[in-house]
Amino acid sequence: MPTKIEKDSLTGTETTGHEWDGIKELNNPLPKWWLYTFYACVLFSVVWSVLYPSVPGIRSYFAGITGSHQRKDVEEKLSAAAASQAQYRDKLANLDFAAIRNDPELTRFALSGGRVLFAENCAPCHQSGGVGAKGYPNLADDDWLWGGSIEAIHQTLRNGIRWPGNDDTRLSQMPRFLADGMLTAPQVNAVADYVLSLSGLGPANLPTVAEGAKIFAEQCVACHGEQGKGNRELGAPNLTDKIWLYGSDKASVVQTIAQSRNGVMPAWSGRLDPATIKMLALYVHALGGGE
Amino acid sequence: MADVNQIPSKSGLKPEAESHAEAAHSDAVLGMFAPSLYADHVKVYPRAVSGYFRNIKWGVLILCLALYYIGPWIRWDRGPNAPDQALLLDMEGRRGYFFWIEIWPQEIYYITGLLILGAVALFLATALFGRIWCGYTCPQTVWTDLFMLVERWIEGDRNARMKLDKQPLSLAKAWRKIAKHTVWLLIAAATGGAWIMYFQDAPTVTREMLTGQAGMGTYFFFGLFTGTTYLLAGWAREQVCTYMCPWPRFQAAMQDEHTLAVTYQGWRGETRGSHKAGQSWEGRGDCVDCRACVNVCPTGIDIRDGQQLECIGCGLCIDACDDIMAKVDRPLRLIDFVSMENLERRPKKQPQIVKLIRSRTVIYSVMLVVVAAVMAAALLLRSDVELNVLHDRAPLFVTLSDGSLRNGYTVKVLNKRRETVQYRLSLDGQPMAGLFLGGERDAGLQKELVLDVEPDSVGEFRLFVRMPREAIKGASMDVELVLRDAATGRKATSYDTKFNGPN
Ligand code: SF4
Ligand code: SF4
Repeated sequence: MPTKIEKDSLTGTETTGHEWDGIKELNNPLPKWWLYTFYACVLFSVVWSVLYPSVPGIRSYFAGITGSHQRKDVEEKLSAAAASQAQYRDKLANLDFAAIRNDPELTRFALSGGRVLFAENCAPCHQSGGVGAKGYPNLADDDWLWGGSIEAIHQTLRNGIRWPGNDDTRLSQMPRFLADGMLTAPQVNAVADYVLSLSGLGPANLPTVAEGAKIFAEQCVACHGEQGKGNRELGAPNLTDKIWLYGSDKASVVQTIAQSRNGVMPAWSGRLDPATIKMLALYVHALGGGE
Repeated sequence: MADVNQIPSKSGLKPEAESHAEAAHSDAVLGMFAPSLYADHVKVYPRAVSGYFRNIKWGVLILCLALYYIGPWIRWDRGPNAPDQALLLDMEGRRGYFFWIEIWPQEIYYITGLLILGAVALFLATALFGRIWCGYTCPQTVWTDLFMLVERWIEGDRNARMKLDKQPLSLAKAWRKIAKHTVWLLIAAATGGAWIMYFQDAPTVTREMLTGQAGMGTYFFFGLFTGTTYLLAGWAREQVCTYMCPWPRFQAAMQDEHTLAVTYQGWRGETRGSHKAGQSWEGRGDCVDCRACVNVCPTGIDIRDGQQLECIGCGLCIDACDDIMAKVDRPLRLIDFVSMENLERRPKKQPQIVKLIRSRTVIYSVMLVVVAAVMAAALLLRSDVELNVLHDRAPLFVTLSDGSLRNGYTVKVLNKRRETVQYRLSLDGQPMAGLFLGGERDAGLQKELVLDVEPDSVGEFRLFVRMPREAIKGASMDVELVLRDAATGRKATSYDTKFNGPN
């Protein structure tokens, strides 16, 4: 509350009459247009509140008379984006891979879309960048269970691996050698030693290795081949390389032989449209290991 | 008439209010009187003036306006497929053009450098000459001056304008007002229009605007700059300098006792008073209290009250006073561009000193030279190709079936030339490394990759590098990717990155 208006002796300016502990406030009045600008801003906010969603209620809110809604805006933008992608998606669905890869613009679209789709659908198992984890193959390396050509990848994606209900799914089954009584525990141990020696991970001069080799020749070569190089027709892994899906320590190998593994991947056709699956195939192929 | 000349911000209280204030003072009646915290706008009617500073001001005004309006129309041939406008900030194409210089968004620091140069140059000018930016070159001053010129042509000089404003509305008054605002709006539109042309091809955007084919954004910015020009130069004027602009608030930090400022020399002028021809000048000052200085002032202040924040240092009051001094036959420059130091020396008849080399001017000059040198060097060394390499974050590395390791990179090559260029990319100093591009694994490992990059664009490539275990030292190894011009074989640029492996 103003008490005493005086003239400041130094500046010749009036005080506002306010005083705090001997400190007095000079009155340098604000120009009126400034005040009116402030009123105009207040008015603007009132108009805005009437036009657009503004006042919150208990269960709902005042939506504004323009009916503007940000979620609706997003939906419109998303469908506009989908519409602008339609030409690419049509082409992707209809062309074969050789033709797609001859079209740099289409390939760019497929790869950048593929990255997002991979993160949404595949990364939970195969991890971002396709590095994989124990039991989930690394898609960026050069080792492929079922083939690394783009057509093979496409086939795997569409039909899955050991996926019930899909007639074309990739199918093979490694026996549970110990659990089903086909081998004894010492035999399993011998095979494991032999298998590890194939890739140089275990010593080759153990007495068990020779025994393991014999059992291997009887039981395993049908799928893994005489040299243990595997067979992509059956999804049988190459046992001579440095890549081990379930671990290369002896305990893991023993467990694989004893109990078998038989990992599963879903079939994506039916869940994703053909263009999307092709984008994923192109993306996975381009991760670095594609053949 | 004297009321009109009251300094607008000096005292917002009207005369009645002041007497109230005194009453409140003497009676100390609580709550009887609340001071007004808001001041009415006092319209300033500056009189025309001619003289030395006015001439400089006209010259600077013509130069600034000419630069601004003609700027976008200057053509500059850059060959086919490139705009031929000398000054162009092409937002959509993401290029900035300045005569022979072309900058990419990655080189926005050139503009930063330019802004720093401008700021430091402004500091230096302010330290030496005071508010010359405000008084002569500031767009607010230039356009206000232009608008005042129009106002004078149509409504007449100070007295005529004041009379016109007091008159009741008549046909004669109405057509003058309408004519003035029309011309103002036309100038404002030309200003807003020219602004647009710095961002789009001038002839094209002019044609599009006139035929109604320009985009919404173009019309919006045209409207925005037209509106602000009209409002700020026509209506707000000195209010901008006094209340809105931050520059006057801190430019005092650049000034010292050697900085020039427009100053009324009280020691010569006082005691002021009217003077009749033939009267003696003994025992009185040179100021004849004619208020010429006040009448010409575009901000409506009285320079004789001393330095004030409203004063933009335009020097028009000097011209006005010199006129009077010549008439009454007294020495000129009663109001003068003078430093505080020299102002103190004058009455003592001490020699005037001009001290240009002071710590602040030296610091500003050094900054100016350093920034200019850095920018010049950057421009001279600017290459027409740039290499950016991004190492994959996931996975950091991939183990391959033979135990060797592979790293993935995203490589971006900026080809700033106007032709397709073939480059060669290699990993120097790593003889065991093999390279291949994404999707081209079948081509086998290469020592050197061929990259074709289209004209004036960024080529993006997926690069894979494979190295045998024994070539890898540590979890993260420094490697250098080198880009060579395939035609000349010369090293164009390189990029230091990492090759990762397990611990
Ligand atoms: S006081 Fe003089 S220098 Fe300052 S703004 Fe007014 S006319 Fe210009
Ligand atoms: S113009 Fe000069 S003489 Fe006239 S009032 Fe101003 S300072 Fe005094």
